[in-house]
Amino acid sequence: MTTLTAYINGIGLLGPGLFGWSESEPILAGQRPYIKLPTALPLPMLLPAAERRRSGAIVKTTLATGLEASAAAGLDPATLACVYSASGSDGQNCHEICLTLASDDRHISPTRFHNSVHNAAAGYWSIATGAMTPISVLCAYDASFGAGLLEALTQVIVDHTATLLISSDTTYPEPLHHTRPIPDNFATALVLAPVASALSIAKISVSLTSEPAHTLSDATLEQLRASIPSARSLPLLQALAQKRNERIVLDYLAPLQIAVDITLC
Amino acid sequence: MKSLLLSHFTATSCIGRGLDQTLVALQQCRTGLLPCTFETAELATSVGEVAGIDAVQIPPHLAAYDCRNNRLAQLALIQDGFADAVNAAAEKYGRHRIGVFIGTSTSAILETELAYRQTDAETGALPDSFHYRTQHNSYSIADFTRLYFGLTGPAATVSSACSSSAKVFSSARRMIAAGLIDAAVVGGVDTLCLTTLYGFNSLGLTAAQPCRPYDTTRDGISIGEAGAFVLLEQQPAQLEDNAILLLGVGESSDAYHMSSPHPEGLGARMAMQAALDMAGLSPQQIDYINLHGTATPSNDAAEGKAVSAVFGASTPCSSTKGATGHTLGAAGALEAVICALALRNGLLPAGINTQQLDPDIPLDYLLTNREQVITRAMSNSFGFGGTNCSLIFGRAA
Repeated sequence: MTTLTAYINGIGLLGPGLFGWSESEPILAGQRPYIKLPTALPLPMLLPAAERRRSGAIVKTTLATGLEASAAAGLDPATLACVYSASGSDGQNCHEICLTLASDDRHISPTRFHNSVHNAAAGYWSIATGAMTPISVLCAYDASFGAGLLEALTQVIVDHTATLLISSDTTYPEPLHHTRPIPDNFATALVLAPVASALSIAKISVSLTSEPAHTLSDATLEQLRASIPSARSLPLLQALAQKRNERIVLDYLAPLQIAVDITLC
Repeated sequence: MKSLLLSHFTATSCIGRGLDQTLVALQQCRTGLLPCTFETAELATSVGEVAGIDAVQIPPHLAAYDCRNNRLAQLALIQDGFADAVNAAAEKYGRHRIGVFIGTSTSAILETELAYRQTDAETGALPDSFHYRTQHNSYSIADFTRLYFGLTGPAATVSSACSSSAKVFSSARRMIAAGLIDAAVVGGVDTLCLTTLYGFNSLGLTAAQPCRPYDTTRDGISIGEAGAFVLLEQQPAQLEDNAILLLGVGESSDAYHMSSPHPEGLGARMAMQAALDMAGLSPQQIDYINLHGTATPSNDAAEGKAVSAVFGASTPCSSTKGATGHTLGAAGALEAVICALALRNGLLPAGINTQQLDPDIPLDYLLTNREQVITRAMSNSFGFGGTNCSLIFGRAA
């Protein structure tokens, strides 16, 4: 049984009624009620004005959570290797391109086209932060958070480097929404490091398992977990918020799942 | 890094199905680029279309995955005994010990484009024939490949635009080194679609005639399609003489612009240097470089500066995109296979279509084939969003 061990040194979170990890921690800990509100999208102030104006939800959630996690870890984001995992690209942008291509005038705007790549948000992350470090860009449909977590952990362990994992998803407009009903924008970010620091939150030991994935007892939060790939992280985040040394099983490529043994720092 | 063995590999592009046809096309300096007649596209450009994709029959249990991209994947997987090799590896290691990491930039967006023409007049709904998860979603290609072989280990699609299927080698390398898997099916598949044809056209980046990498009058890319796969395994104690190894991987980000490379090629330089460092090699130990060489004015200028900064002007190099077109998310894997063919057959392929080399780029750019026994080759892949990846391959003896 292979076990991958690393330290969580920073967390970023953005979702419906979850505005940042520090505001969400008491909610996930059960100390404050969860109130579902539409995901608030912070402006990506690090981007030049033109890019900031044109940036879609996927860029905003990616930058906001990546910056929150790296600030919490006390690290300059430009120094971190990065894994960006998303179940889709910018849904609105994809819809606009398909509409244009189905019309009589197929002229796509160049900006729409370069924003259509799956790694657009990862590209803006490196442009905004100046990070010239490697970025892995993944998609594994509903397993995207788990795939990103494994990729980031192998980077931490094999290349012995602190790595920022960002997993984000955005909504599609109709008619694509009907075929992929992601209810709102969501992103999770973790700074994972090979050694503990003064700011380390927990040590995690991760292995593959066939045990069933954990669900959340709060029905509204469970609905988020089940309907948004990057929200599959919530059982892990809840255990961290509740300060529990616990074994959590996260959804991956069922029946192949990911077990996370948490030891708080 | 510990070298990894490319125990089996295959490629299908507009220059041929499988290794034999691909090698013959390279030996004959033949291009597969033809004026674009794809679907309903009305664009004055050439494309590298693979013949016979429409005739491919997806197995019934994977019918929901039927789309141009997965058909090309299957067409490629059944060449050169590759499927048999994967099945043998599954027997040897166990199905849960083989990872699947496949690069694509557009997955089956073609089917979504077509579905948008067939929306319900009243409700606006997409037709029932449209399957988001198994066609449109980028994971479709890795999922299809995994299910095609009944593999049960870790899997992901890598989608970093035109470096996607170079970076799959990096994901597999780390996962094998971490001990999660013993082997990996890596590769890249990208197919023609209107998004990339009209998209690159909107950027003014599609060439009127077949693309001419590193030519002084180069005017853009010719879009191609391809499927290429490699079975990557830990290096065994005994190697055959013509065994091909992955010796190093280097990655970087430009942090500069979404669709233009860093003008000095800084990110590209960092990726090549990182690959050399990982392999423990000096630039003089690389015998041939398969360039990214898209034939856009800015890519070739930036890459040229980066290559000369790392290697000087004496390392033989070429872009094979004049033959295959730019196969986008499949380019990394396709050109990895071309490097493997170069190493195994002592053939340094010419950069065809190019007439007059850009005098501002001082490289030993091959305009004709060179037959020479070589030991190590580098392959460059750079993508939108400034994602760079360089791979180094070597021949065992």
